[in-house]
Amino acid sequence: MKSQISLAFQKCKKENRPALLTYTVAGDNSKKKSLEILKSISNHADILEIGFPHNAPTADGAQIQNSSYRALKNGFKLKDVFQIVKNYKKSKNAKPCILMGYYQMVYRYGERKFVKECRKVGVNGLIVVDLPWPDNKKFSKLCKKNSITFVQLLSPTTSKERMKKIIKDSHDLNYFISMLSTTGGKLKVSPKKILENYNKIKKINKSKNMVIGFGITNKTIGSFKKADGLVVGSALCKGISDSIKNRQNPVIKLNKMVKALRRKIV
Amino acid sequence: MKIKKGIPLIDQHDKNGFYGGKFGGNYVAETLKKPIDDLTKLFEKYRKDKNFIKERDDLYENYIGTPTRFIKLQNLTDHLGGAQIYAKMVSDCRGGAHKCYNAITHAMLCKRAKKKYICTDTGAGYNGKMFSMVAKKFGLGCKVFMGTRDIERQKPNCDAMKKNGAEIVPVNSGSKTLVDAVSECIRYWVSNCDKVHMGIGSLVGPNIFVKICGFSTAQISRELVVQLEEEFGEIPNKLKLINCVGGGSSAYGFWSEFIDHNKNQVELIGVEAGGPKNSKLHAAPLSKNSKIGILHGAAAYCVQNSDGQINETESISSGLDYPSVSPIHCFLKDSGRAKYVSATDEAALDAFKLVTELEEISPSLEPAHAFAEAIKIAPKLDDSNIIVVDSCGDSLKDKDIIKKHLGSYPR
Repeated sequence: MKSQISLAFQKCKKENRPALLTYTVAGDNSKKKSLEILKSISNHADILEIGFPHNAPTADGAQIQNSSYRALKNGFKLKDVFQIVKNYKKSKNAKPCILMGYYQMVYRYGERKFVKECRKVGVNGLIVVDLPWPDNKKFSKLCKKNSITFVQLLSPTTSKERMKKIIKDSHDLNYFISMLSTTGGKLKVSPKKILENYNKIKKINKSKNMVIGFGITNKTIGSFKKADGLVVGSALCKGISDSIKNRQNPVIKLNKMVKALRRKIV
Repeated sequence: MKIKKGIPLIDQHDKNGFYGGKFGGNYVAETLKKPIDDLTKLFEKYRKDKNFIKERDDLYENYIGTPTRFIKLQNLTDHLGGAQIYAKMVSDCRGGAHKCYNAITHAMLCKRAKKKYICTDTGAGYNGKMFSMVAKKFGLGCKVFMGTRDIERQKPNCDAMKKNGAEIVPVNSGSKTLVDAVSECIRYWVSNCDKVHMGIGSLVGPNIFVKICGFSTAQISRELVVQLEEEFGEIPNKLKLINCVGGGSSAYGFWSEFIDHNKNQVELIGVEAGGPKNSKLHAAPLSKNSKIGILHGAAAYCVQNSDGQINETESISSGLDYPSVSPIHCFLKDSGRAKYVSATDEAALDAFKLVTELEEISPSLEPAHAFAEAIKIAPKLDDSNIIVVDSCGDSLKDKDIIKKHLGSYPR
């Protein structure tokens, strides 16, 4: 049986467009608001990545750090992310959800307990930023057993040899990091070059969906229409920061932003 | 959990970089896998290269000024009336602390990797100072990441870094101390690993950084073996080696040659930062039984809350103010080879006061923690016991803090 994630990509392909993946942090800027944001952007996004915040993130840029610190300052606990997904999944237009975070949080919670909880509340995929292949082999199997897609990350520094091995062990979705950067960096490589790299990797196994992330914003997203999917994260986190600063409602702001992103790729 | 004999402890990891099956590892973003692999290959190649070692030894001897002194603290010994107390004056090193050993190895590797820039983190500012000093000597651009709280409290070392032409990058996130500086330094490396070499300032981080640091600071104990034999004709029968432990770079360097000795003969005592006496905050994951956590690429005992968030720490000494600790020290603790205790801010200050009153030395607040333990146990032991304290840093950087707490700075 195809996973919800694969089905989402299938649908986008039929519509001849890349899938739009959003990333927001659970609990930013409050538990209630982050749930409302998810529900609201569901109308325009295809898959929702939801970050579970950690206070020593080594791969996140300033925007996602701000979101994470905001959530933690408001008393976010790991169990809240499960509650948020559970409630979100009850909404009528719920999309597949991918949780994303650092291994420390999973480790402390307990790998098995974490994956079980994910399954119970309806999480469809997992990204663990600092659990690279081959160290993630055991955990990735545990995810598969529980019908959760473990998303492998690939970067411009990943050698071809290593790519092949990672893709061989991967599930139905991989994530290509567009450039050497933490999240939210300014696009320092041309979209053409990124797509070239993307296509090279895609050739290794065409049946696996692959999304591009890092540096994707309203300005750049239009250049990547040929990818299977595109992730926008830091730009949205910044949107929340801006709306707080300007005393606007982040839910409305994010809805508008994601709607605009969607328009750029159809 | 057992330590093997005849193999340096830094090399006793499995193929995934774990010591004792569970400490250490390489929890990094995919982007850093290749730079770390490259650095690992480079290090493994050059650590066996005679010319590399010769160049390093030459730098240690003529640039750092090794061997550092090994001296008896006769007045302190007489005052306490128990064990004989010695100090290994690692603070004699150029720049005033042990951090120069690691900085030199990293600069040499950076050159061989054909990179022109080097970045590092710093807490007490000594690591930043040494990297800036060595970078200047090697003609490398240097960026030092430092928490804004530490920039305030360790001004003399910041001045030195600037004088050496390094850029200090202030880190304003989280607790604004070493933990955040390391995170920011790693983030910087993620974005610039193609051009920049990263050196982590202690025995922490992904496996290769633990190894390079331990390989470098091991110089301290190589000297000590010779000096002990000169003084006593042999390694004494009741020897206690006391060292402060933040990340644990100087402690490993001070102990590495002695790990194979029976623990009844050579006792290894690590002293962590217990924080202020009346505060719940501390930076002592080993002695206060913290749980294992993943921080900065490695699994180690780590001060954290039940949800896995890293807890704030507090210590009067910036160099020890770190929530986690080296996987090597976790291994030494769980195998029973080393013992870890803590000293409070107040005990460290008292120790500083007593030592500087009685002796012509001036240890920084980090080794003052080690002296506090020595002062505590020496009177309970007879004079057949030899205590050696690693005086791994000079107090000048702590001038303002000491003045504030003791009323004056005795130098």
